[in-house]
Amino acid sequence: MHDKTLTELAAALAAGEFSSRELTESLLARIDRLDGELNSFITVTADAALEAADRADAARAAGKAGPLSGLPLALKDIFCTRGVRTSCGSRMLDNFVSPYDATVVEKLAAAGTVSLGKTNMDEFAMGSSNENSHYGPVKNPWDLAAVPGGSSGGSAAAVAAGLVPAALGTDTGGSIRQPAAFCGITGLKPTYGRVSRYGMVAYASSLDQGGPMARTAEDCALLLGAIAGHDLRDSTSVARGVPDYREELEASLSGLKIGLPREYFGDGLAPEVEAAVRDAIKVYESLGAEVREVSLPHTELAIPAYYVIAPAEASSNLSRFDGVRFGHRCENPADLVDLYKRSRAEGFGEEVKRRILIGTHTLSEGFFDAYYKKAQQVRRLIRQDFLDAFEDVDVLMGPASPTPAFDLGTKKDPVSMYLQDIYTIAINLAGIPGISVPAGFVQDRPVGLQILGPHFAESRLLNVAHRFQQATDWHRRQPAFGKENA
Amino acid sequence: MQWEAVIGLEVHVQLATQSKIFSGASTAFGAEPNTQACAVDLGLPGVLPVLNEGAVAMAVKFGLGINAEIPETSVFDRKNYFYPDLPKGYQTSQMYQPIVGPGEVEITLDDGTTKRIRVHHAHLEEDAGKSLHEDFHGMTGIDLNRAGTPLLEIVSEPDLRSAREAAAYLKAIHAIVTYLGISDGNMAEGSMRCDVNVSVRPKGQETLGTRAEIKNVNSFRFVEKAIAHEIERQVELIEDGGTVVQETRLYDPEADETRSMRTKEEANDYRYFPCPDLLPVVLDQAYVDHLRATLPELPAEKRARFQDELGLSAYDASVLASSRAMAEYFEAVKDVCGDAKLAANWVQVELAGRLNKEGLDIADSPVTAEQLGGLVARVKDETINGKAAKQVFAALWDGEGESADAIIEARGLKQVTDTGAIEAMIDQVIADSPVQVAQYREAAPEKRGKMIGYFVGQVMKASRGTANPQQVNALLKDKLDNA
Repeated sequence: MHDKTLTELAAALAAGEFSSRELTESLLARIDRLDGELNSFITVTADAALEAADRADAARAAGKAGPLSGLPLALKDIFCTRGVRTSCGSRMLDNFVSPYDATVVEKLAAAGTVSLGKTNMDEFAMGSSNENSHYGPVKNPWDLAAVPGGSSGGSAAAVAAGLVPAALGTDTGGSIRQPAAFCGITGLKPTYGRVSRYGMVAYASSLDQGGPMARTAEDCALLLGAIAGHDLRDSTSVARGVPDYREELEASLSGLKIGLPREYFGDGLAPEVEAAVRDAIKVYESLGAEVREVSLPHTELAIPAYYVIAPAEASSNLSRFDGVRFGHRCENPADLVDLYKRSRAEGFGEEVKRRILIGTHTLSEGFFDAYYKKAQQVRRLIRQDFLDAFEDVDVLMGPASPTPAFDLGTKKDPVSMYLQDIYTIAINLAGIPGISVPAGFVQDRPVGLQILGPHFAESRLLNVAHRFQQATDWHRRQPAFGKENA
Repeated sequence: MQWEAVIGLEVHVQLATQSKIFSGASTAFGAEPNTQACAVDLGLPGVLPVLNEGAVAMAVKFGLGINAEIPETSVFDRKNYFYPDLPKGYQTSQMYQPIVGPGEVEITLDDGTTKRIRVHHAHLEEDAGKSLHEDFHGMTGIDLNRAGTPLLEIVSEPDLRSAREAAAYLKAIHAIVTYLGISDGNMAEGSMRCDVNVSVRPKGQETLGTRAEIKNVNSFRFVEKAIAHEIERQVELIEDGGTVVQETRLYDPEADETRSMRTKEEANDYRYFPCPDLLPVVLDQAYVDHLRATLPELPAEKRARFQDELGLSAYDASVLASSRAMAEYFEAVKDVCGDAKLAANWVQVELAGRLNKEGLDIADSPVTAEQLGGLVARVKDETINGKAAKQVFAALWDGEGESADAIIEARGLKQVTDTGAIEAMIDQVIADSPVQVAQYREAAPEKRGKMIGYFVGQVMKASRGTANPQQVNALLKDKLDNA
């Protein structure tokens, strides 16, 4: 059962091949067997999962099953779940049991899905390798010496290893697409405002967006339909109807105009990754698409602008973790300032502290105009680059990451880690949707093709990704990890 | 040397919304600690603010009420600082693009003249919680019921020149917000609080002196006292050769002094930036026009109308227009009795005097405007004389009758104007007072005016206060002088 896609599992449940309880038990057993090594889950909610599976089976027996009823999945541990620890990968929230559900968690529960637990992640979603987790790094199932990518590394690894058919991730600068690429799965970052952020622990509020991670574009379409939509509790969510994202999956790509941003094929891109991406483009040409080169002239400014805006927002968003109401509190504080200082010094990891310091500095009096305001101007230019490009082409394509997954413990310098996100980060600054699909391997490590579209073009992106997956089988490949134990 | 004070006020008005500015929790005062704080107010991980449209409407109404510019777009910013009663570690406020632009407020000075005070802007923000230091055995308790309560912060230009003017300005703001119904204006419950900026300079000097800010002054009286004290402190300091330092001070009403809280060097860097969780507020013209159409008549307009149309003095008009409750009461009395000046007199003298004595607000007056109007109508048509009117008022106050007419009837207070009846009482008094009559008649005519009072008193007494005093006077004079 573990090698089936979400869509196949839905069909099997509907056909009565097995029950949701059987499926859930089988996956829980697999998690039990394999995740000690993989470390993709922070919390496994086995009892709640079995109860949800029983409810789904009962609903199906009563003829009340929906398209997602009984389907197991996992949630990145950034989504608040009532009664369950929501750690955000941080010591700061190790003791935090959320008293409420995030909007997407509510929606998925209402759709009858079965959450198996909360997946590992870089602390507060800050990182590109999942090495910044209080709960230890996640391993890449394709090569246990490699990182799974980050920050949604636990979700990506769990799906790739067949522990769960789909998971939710969040993407602030590439945190869905890059781990999807590293783990050989499909991950969609929706348009900013498409999916409610209510109950998603904020890292950088103007960039954060939750989205689906699964084996196929078709599965992502199924899941996105369940989580997208306007939420009165999130003022930045957009009041716009949610289509059935599966409707356009089969549309023909004949005449599709694909733009290849010149800046995404330059220095720093591993030649083998480029070759894989160019091969994927050839597949599209064979499907009738037209390919042309385009330019996103402000690309090189994306990382600097991001590392001003995101830490600025983070420094403010993370102020609430002060040891007063919830989360980590130091032992025997001498006074209020001591309480703040030690609780935060002990509760936050290195990278989180680094970004809080950067953000605090860039917002300070005398620096605000030079950093924050300038970065916002750059952000508008980057957004305009994309809007201009989409005047001429339907979608943009390029690599999701300049290299395949790198080895654990090899990127010690934060800037070299930040440069990992060169192809993903601008997309968050522009607010547009992007999807990463498996497009080959380099030395047995997956390569991801990134496809970008205009705001709210998710249906088109999923269609473009799906047709590729009908023509290729990269997304069908499964790692050796877990197979010999199966 | 002659000194001049330069004063600006930042008035925080709690808006009378049912729920908080960014959450659905209740804003009601006085609940058990932390029972009116939801996930959003607690700043739990993952929560997001949603702007309360009611707060926006109230802020815009205020802006329209002071003839301010209403910018099309306003933006919420985060003011970052750590404090235990500030759950998110930042206060959501408006730093760069406030909801209300420049406007002005008219204040009435002691001599009855008016002065226009410019308002720099007014912005929306959320209140913080409260730290409780009692009963926690060396620890501090936090009550977040107030966290997220909508505040409108009204920032004046430094146009005020004395403690009295500052108090008058605060009263004018109080009148406007209560007229508009956007705040209950309850100072005791903290619905209006203010921070005061004070500096002094030699009279005639253009440049401003260094200012001190006095935080959290919570009553009209304290504002006046705190400023008076601060002006005195600064002048003394300079005259003794010292210099004023820019700092934040706290007013201690018990000691009647201000104390340094922190200096400029210790001031926080609030790292303001636009709140990414809230969209800019964009107001279209139709929305603003709709709100404009709902505005009631405001104090300045009322004052002008009371003078121009009702013929009241500047003083009377200003007192009666000072609060919406007072103005509405007065107008109701006037409508019932049909005489603005009499109504003004009764509201300001008898009613206000008694309310003051009992420490009651006009809204809690035991005598309704209907009742008082009925009483004044009987004074106006001379059904009762002034003395009886006071008795009727006292009876109404004590709830001894439904209406003036009922009390007049029950107690036989109807004024006696029948000349024959009055003459009979006069004849009786003259007959009963031979000594006084003889003294009167022997007195020089210029002394008689005073002496007649005795006889008037006796006749009024005999009539149990119901005889028409003017008639009594005239008839007495006639009978005593022409015997």
